[in-house]
Amino acid sequence: MSEHASPLGGSHSARDRRRRALGTLFAFLCGVATLVGVASLAVLLWDLAVDGFPSLDGRFLTSFASRMPERAGVKAALAGSVWLLGLTALIAFPVSVAAAIYLEEYARRSWATRLIQLNIANLAGVPSIVYGILGLAVFVRTFGLGRSIISGALTLALLILPVIIMASQEAIRAVPSSIREAAYGLGATRWQVVSTQVLPMAMPGILTGTILALSRAIGETAPLIMVGAVGFIAFTPKGLGDPFTVLPLQIYNWISRPQAEFHALAAAGILVLLILLLTMNAAAIILRNRYQTHR
Amino acid sequence: MSDVTRVAGTVEAGPAALSFRRSRNVKERAIGLILFGSAAASTLITLGIVAVLLRETLSFFTHVSPVKFLFGTQWTPLFQNAQFGVLPLMAGSFVVAAGAAVIAVPVGLLSAIYLSEYSGPRLRGVLKPVLEILAGIPTVVYGYFALTFITPLLRTVFPSTEIFNAASAAIVVGIMIVPTVSSLSEDALRAVPTALREGAYGLGATKMEVSLRVVVPSALSGIIASFILGLSRAVGETMAVAIAAGNMPNLTLNALESMQTMTAYIVQASLGDTPHGSVGYQTIFAVGMTLFLITLAMNVFSQWILSRFREEYQ
Repeated sequence: MSEHASPLGGSHSARDRRRRALGTLFAFLCGVATLVGVASLAVLLWDLAVDGFPSLDGRFLTSFASRMPERAGVKAALAGSVWLLGLTALIAFPVSVAAAIYLEEYARRSWATRLIQLNIANLAGVPSIVYGILGLAVFVRTFGLGRSIISGALTLALLILPVIIMASQEAIRAVPSSIREAAYGLGATRWQVVSTQVLPMAMPGILTGTILALSRAIGETAPLIMVGAVGFIAFTPKGLGDPFTVLPLQIYNWISRPQAEFHALAAAGILVLLILLLTMNAAAIILRNRYQTHR
Repeated sequence: MSDVTRVAGTVEAGPAALSFRRSRNVKERAIGLILFGSAAASTLITLGIVAVLLRETLSFFTHVSPVKFLFGTQWTPLFQNAQFGVLPLMAGSFVVAAGAAVIAVPVGLLSAIYLSEYSGPRLRGVLKPVLEILAGIPTVVYGYFALTFITPLLRTVFPSTEIFNAASAAIVVGIMIVPTVSSLSEDALRAVPTALREGAYGLGATKMEVSLRVVVPSALSGIIASFILGLSRAVGETMAVAIAAGNMPNLTLNALESMQTMTAYIVQASLGDTPHGSVGYQTIFAVGMTLFLITLAMNVFSQWILSRFREEYQ
């Protein structure tokens, strides 16, 4: 494209040269813009590693929060995050998948279905702190669940519900309809078609979406502050009604203190959180790749 | 599909098969109802949000007039002489979102153009996951980055910068929403048919001219929708802003000062123990309602742009 001669013969005109130079400049600009994202990530990770690695050791993982920075650790927060992750998944997964099955396999095309679909898309755009307000008013106050781990899990479950529903719908939609038709042809009922044919085929996609949604939930802070997770807890949760803290909240608590020692702890806590996130994302990617090769 | 099942079920058979068919139908019905219930539950969430916000906001308005709330210029709800003007909080949210847009709009759009028009599939395969990681980092981490990295940097350039300032919050929120803008814009750019590009090349256009005068205008609805969606995320962003911008309601446009956003106020109010039922408690809901309506309006607007101005290509 670049080697065209001027139709009037002769070499490139000055205008042509300027256009080409401008093009090169623009390409360079676009490349630089892309690098801004990459460079930000690199600087962010480098900054965290420098600040956090010195504090990251076995003691840090097995100690509770403390007023003395050299004794403080993330045990309660790590346990809280794992509890919350499990509970949130248990609540959100069945409801979301059921909703996705309904919308893709059962629902007729009616205004009600369109309304539900539109609503789900809009819910995904509601700021997470608004879910926190909902959790505070409904679970903590109205249901009387208090500032407990179950209030937190229910709130986070609502938050990731639309995300899992949309991912599951996509996975279910990707199952070829010839499979369904064959099963119906053999006399299967709708539920038999869904449970024995569609779901097993869509499951890797559904699980990938669920893990990605959960990895969003595990980094959430604001809604949990609303439902009363606290920054200073010196025990691991034993039951659903226990007060709790989670990694991002513990990190926030440490950032809010003026002393530099606590900032180093915050950085170490962030490294733990990022490792947890990375593991979950890797699991999702492995699932996705396996699915693609087995199709 | 329901006709198919009905045909399969009407094959005449003995009484045993009949009762089998009936129990099968009951089970099918029950399952259908359970599934419908789950789907309907998602609308309950919206209804719940609206009901909760509306109830407390209305009782808030029995104490404070809506006019004073919306147009008052002082926000001191926890002081002795409480003032409930939400404008300083809105100014905080606006300054952070506008600053974030100054970064995210050009960076996001140019990287979308790069990914869709310039980079080969291999480079793209590396760059896209990196941007996805950027999108997946928890916001509290961005808050840490703003406070311990960006702010000291700003203070060496502009010594008058306060420890907590809107600028560092705006910068990290900008970085945070770059992936939203770039990936949605890229989807829109890639949906433009190759034939349009080839036509322009055939007329002798350079790659830049093709990108800026053919591809970008054709994808404009999707690009603008991505800007609005990114902005709405910036307005709803909470932790990074609460950490970096501080907790000082401040009606200013000077981003080097400490400002409090709507989201940061909600966090602050719920961290402090405001007694249930007090006006202080109700402010959480009144500000939450304002935030909810603003972000909802932006999301609906971006969907409307997408559906209204979409160029349909076959």
